[in-house]
Formats: sequence, C-alpha cells, structure tokens
Amino acid sequence: MKSRTEIQENTFLKGIIDGIPICIGYITVAFAFGIFAVSSGLTPFETVLISMTNVTSAGQLAAVPIMISGGTFFELAASQFVINLRYALMSVSLSQKLDSSVTLLDRFIIAFVNTDEVFAVASSKKAVGKTYMFGLILTPFLGWSAGTVIGALAGSILPPLVISAFGIAIYGMFIAIVVPPARENKNILFCVIIAVILSCLFRWLPFLSGVQTGFVIIICSVIASVIAALLFPIKEKEAEHEL
Amino acid sequence: MNFNIFLPYLLVAALVTYLIRAVPLVLIKKKIENRFILSFLYYMPYAVLSVMTIPAVFFATNHIVTATAGVAVALILAFFKRDLLTVALGASFAVFVAELIV
Repeated sequence: MKSRTEIQENTFLKGIIDGIPICIGYITVAFAFGIFAVSSGLTPFETVLISMTNVTSAGQLAAVPIMISGGTFFELAASQFVINLRYALMSVSLSQKLDSSVTLLDRFIIAFVNTDEVFAVASSKKAVGKTYMFGLILTPFLGWSAGTVIGALAGSILPPLVISAFGIAIYGMFIAIVVPPARENKNILFCVIIAVILSCLFRWLPFLSGVQTGFVIIICSVIASVIAALLFPIKEKEAEHEL
Repeated sequence: MNFNIFLPYLLVAALVTYLIRAVPLVLIKKKIENRFILSFLYYMPYAVLSVMTIPAVFFATNHIVTATAGVAVALILAFFKRDLLTVALGASFAVFVAELIV
C-alpha cells in the first residue's frame, strides 16, 4: 500500500509540481521575449496575446520582426511551420505515451502547450494520464504568460541601457541550447556551421540580403538539416534524444 | 503596432503553430520509421536556432562591440554547459558592463 504523504504519480498535483521547474525557466525566457517585442514596437497587450496563443519561444521571436516589417501572411505561416516543425515529431512521440484516460478533446487541449520542456518531462514517464498532463501544462503556461507580462511592462519603463543588455538574453538561451550538444556531437556541429555560413551569406551578399527574414530562416535551416541528414543519418538511439 | 493590422498576423502564427502540435497528436498513432525524416527532424532545431542567432545577435544591442562581448561570454558559459538561465543572464551582464565602458 502506498504512503498517504507521498504525492501520487499521474495525478493533477504531481503534474503541477513537475511543471514548476519548467515554469521558472519560462518566466525568464518570456521576460526576455516581452522586452524584445515591446522594444520592437508591439504594445504590451499584443505581446502578451502572442505568448498566450503561441507558446513557443523561437517561433514568437521570429514572428515579431515579420509582423513589424509588414511581411506577408505566407512568410509568417511558412516560417512558423518550419521553426515549429519539431513539435510535430514531439506530438507523434507523445501520442504513444497518453493512457486511456485521455480523450480526443483532451488531446486538442494538451497539444496547445506541448513545448520542448513539457514533452521532455512527459516522455520520461512510462505513460501519462489526463489529469497529470493538465497539471504539467498548466504551470508552464502560467509562467510563460506571467513572464511575458512582466517583460512587456518592464520593456516600457526600463532605461535603454538595461533593455539593450536584455536584448541578448534570448539569444543567450539559444546559444546555451546549441553549444553543449554541438561540442559533443561533430555532426550537429557540422549542421550548425553550415546553417551559420548560409545565414551570414543571406545577410551580406547582394541580392540574397533582400530575402525576408522568415524565408531566410526556412531556406538556411532546411538546407543545413537536409545536408546533415543525408551525410550523417542518425542511429536509432539518437532519435530518442530531444532538445 | 496597430491592433487591426496585428490581429490577422497573430491568428496566422497561432493557428499554424497549434495545428503543427495538434494534428499529429490527434491523428498519428504510429511511429515515424523513415531514417531520413528522423535525421532531418533531429538536426532541424539546431539549424533553426543557429540561423536565428547568427548574425542577428550582433545587432541585438546598442553597439556591435557590446553584443560581441555578450556572445563571447555566452559561448564560454555554454561551452562549459551552464544552464540556460546562467548563460542568458551572463551574456546580458557582459553587455551591460560593456555598454558602460564603450
């Protein structure tokens, strides 16, 4: 018989608790996004709406310049599709973990906050139920929203020096995600180098520099990933590893 | 930004992002076996983040010099596998100090 004092696995409360570390991390990333979006020219209200409806750091960061520069809806949709394509893979994988308590409607709700980190926690379990998943997505969602509110408001009042310093925060997080695996795995490093070279060509070469940012992200990342996938196809084991 | 211009953009971004997550979770029950697709999806996040970071990060602060200081600190901290928060705040702090000097 299980002890009463221990938190039961696969419950709403356990989900909430497992979501707390994700929530804390999200508050900081969302804070940086809030500052970035407001300093780009969005209102705090618009900034918070983006976070509460998209719930994806890289996608949102790419979306803001496209919106501000008056890019086409196709550019926006296509860039979001490519940047967020990894979630499709995570959703495929997560679908195998959901137990019989999860209904079709629940799947539509869980999908909304199936982020990298939520996926990582859920996939560390054998199987997850409806109430656990609801808890696990609730705390990160609140952290993401709250962090954006604080960042958007701070972005409106903080001095330019501080805004400038925080302007690099979200890129710092991207660097923190990419560098450690690139250091361990030469194939990832190869892919990163190709991507960076292409990205710089699109910034500085005449003609190429006229391509809109959303398309640059798509073209460069697809080419780099295809080359890496063709030259260094992954082994079964690596497929299990996620960001 | 004008809210009436903003709103359609918001809906497009939110809808695309949501469908990417929801469609596979609702429809696909089988595991992807194709090695090329698995490899492509494995490398994609690193490529996306790299493209988004370089060279844009060098223009994310008031001066390219202070941004470079921030990138240098971020690379060093990330190389020694510090967590996301430490790297982000370390880079921000480096930019802050550099801007006071420049």
